[in-house]
Amino acid sequence: MTHLTAKAIRAGYGPRLILDDLDLAVPPGAITAIVGANACGKSTLLRCLARLLRPATGQVVLDGRSVQDIPTRELARNLGLLPQAPTAPDGITVADLVSHGRHPHQGMLSRWNKADDLAVAAALDVTQTADLAARDVDALSGGQRQRVWIAMALAQETDILLLDEPTTFLDIAHQVEVLDLLVDLNRRRGTTIVMVLHDLNLAARYADHLVALLRGKVHAVGAPDKVLTETMVAQVFGVRCRVMTDPTSGKPMMLPLGRHRLTPQIPLQEKTS
Amino acid sequence: MDEHAKTVTWIATLRRARHQTRLRLGLVMVGLLLIGTGLTLITGPTMTAPMDVLRVLTGHDLPGTSFVVLELRLPRAILSILTGMSFGLGGVIFQTLLKNPLASPDIIGISAGASAAAVFAIVMLGWSGAAVSVTAVIAGLAVALLIYLLAWRDGVSGARLILIGIGISAMLDSMIAYVLSRAPAWTLQDAMRWLTGSVNGATLDQAVPVLLSLLVFGGILLARRGNIEAMRLGDDTAAALGVPLMREKVVAVMSAVGLIAVATAVAGPIAFVAFLSGPMAKRIAGPGRSPLIAAALVGALLVLLGDYAGQHLLIGRYPVGIVTGALGAPYLIFLIIRSNRNERET
Repeated sequence: MTHLTAKAIRAGYGPRLILDDLDLAVPPGAITAIVGANACGKSTLLRCLARLLRPATGQVVLDGRSVQDIPTRELARNLGLLPQAPTAPDGITVADLVSHGRHPHQGMLSRWNKADDLAVAAALDVTQTADLAARDVDALSGGQRQRVWIAMALAQETDILLLDEPTTFLDIAHQVEVLDLLVDLNRRRGTTIVMVLHDLNLAARYADHLVALLRGKVHAVGAPDKVLTETMVAQVFGVRCRVMTDPTSGKPMMLPLGRHRLTPQIPLQEKTS
Repeated sequence: MDEHAKTVTWIATLRRARHQTRLRLGLVMVGLLLIGTGLTLITGPTMTAPMDVLRVLTGHDLPGTSFVVLELRLPRAILSILTGMSFGLGGVIFQTLLKNPLASPDIIGISAGASAAAVFAIVMLGWSGAAVSVTAVIAGLAVALLIYLLAWRDGVSGARLILIGIGISAMLDSMIAYVLSRAPAWTLQDAMRWLTGSVNGATLDQAVPVLLSLLVFGGILLARRGNIEAMRLGDDTAAALGVPLMREKVVAVMSAVGLIAVATAVAGPIAFVAFLSGPMAKRIAGPGRSPLIAAALVGALLVLLGDYAGQHLLIGRYPVGIVTGALGAPYLIFLIIRSNRNERET
């Protein structure tokens, strides 16, 4: 199951409407990054896709079925979510935390079996956290901890994985490490990945598909070199910028222009490399 | 052996080691419970020889001894264990779901609600037996609902719920005191039970509803252990792991209230057993998984040994609630001091 779409959803908290008639089709087997200014509804959209929030109108459809009609456990076997700042109970070990990913695969009476061990071990191996298995999650560094949480979501063995800002609070090395890991997953298992990202340049580099939200609607959508333009950034983020080609990846990258600290003669042509 | 196979074995080893540690601890606690029961059965104003106790238990009739062991001491031990397990399990469920050791039902007024309703039914309405238990359960649920509604402001925060619960608890305690002040003097001895909790005058008949509630509510909770465990990861993560949150929370809280209320209706609000069992069980069993069974066993031990100490080890005789209360109060103060410090640090 990989076809995830949002159809004309309006959603918010209480009377406050955050998503306004939003349509989105998540391309199966690809990496999608959702970008936008603060409070534009990025996380709300992700919560709707994961069924943590029920849209007031419209629906989220997974392979032809409204997610509201799919039993919770069955949905959790097809769609995983890593919330923005997940909290681990104190003293829990890495192995125990990752084992939680098997929860939707276990019935009330069925016992832990070989398949569960295999899935947990595979998740630990992919995220390179196997040697941390016996350690306390509290004792890990930020990057290790994030890898462990991703391992938990991987043990869930879902075809779709949603991540809400998986790189927040991480230094640049760990940000790249986490994003590389997601690309590995996407390439090896064909996992469809949807993530909210703050950093436009990392989003353009790592995503196959970019979704820019503006005031609860999809403003621009498509391949990064179509979406990440100076006009889009001006409209969505309200900031002037230069967009040029990143010489290391061939993807677009942007440099914001503030009021200060600019050299008076910036070359106005786009491609300087 | 390749990397992956090695990891699989490593994971399985870790898991098995944890199971064994848990099993061993469980057996040690069951062993301690048997010892405590044995002590309760042989100790009294006149000591009974362990051999005589065994003979009585295996069906021999020893004049005098049979009555003391089977009618006085055995019901006391059984009721202690059953109420202790109910308090321990009910308490740890609240502490786990609200992620705060202060959120125990005896702190936030649920025990006080059940207790107040039971006192009212017994003293004012002259009820007894199952009717009192049912009233206590309903009142416990009503208080839980009331606290929840009062704490609601765009969702429920644990700290607000606890503070409101403490307030409600104080109101209910004064209600209990009022009702007791109107009770006839000859019931006052009995009334002590409603202030601190006691297993004095236990009978096997009283143990029946507690056993039933443990089987039903405890069974429901243990069957849901996986879901309760997943809910410790936070609402969003639990939902993403396939836990139907609303339903599971309601079922878990209602079962925990049921356990607490029935035990309270029979033995009174035995002070701080619900509050102490979870953290003690966690200390013993180590962190990691939430210690449901361990908390039930610790609760049973607290009541059984607390009652033994109150009856035989201290000068004078005290109901079990006074002993557990003396243990619990310092711990409560410790927790509050520590939580204040943590707030200041962050």
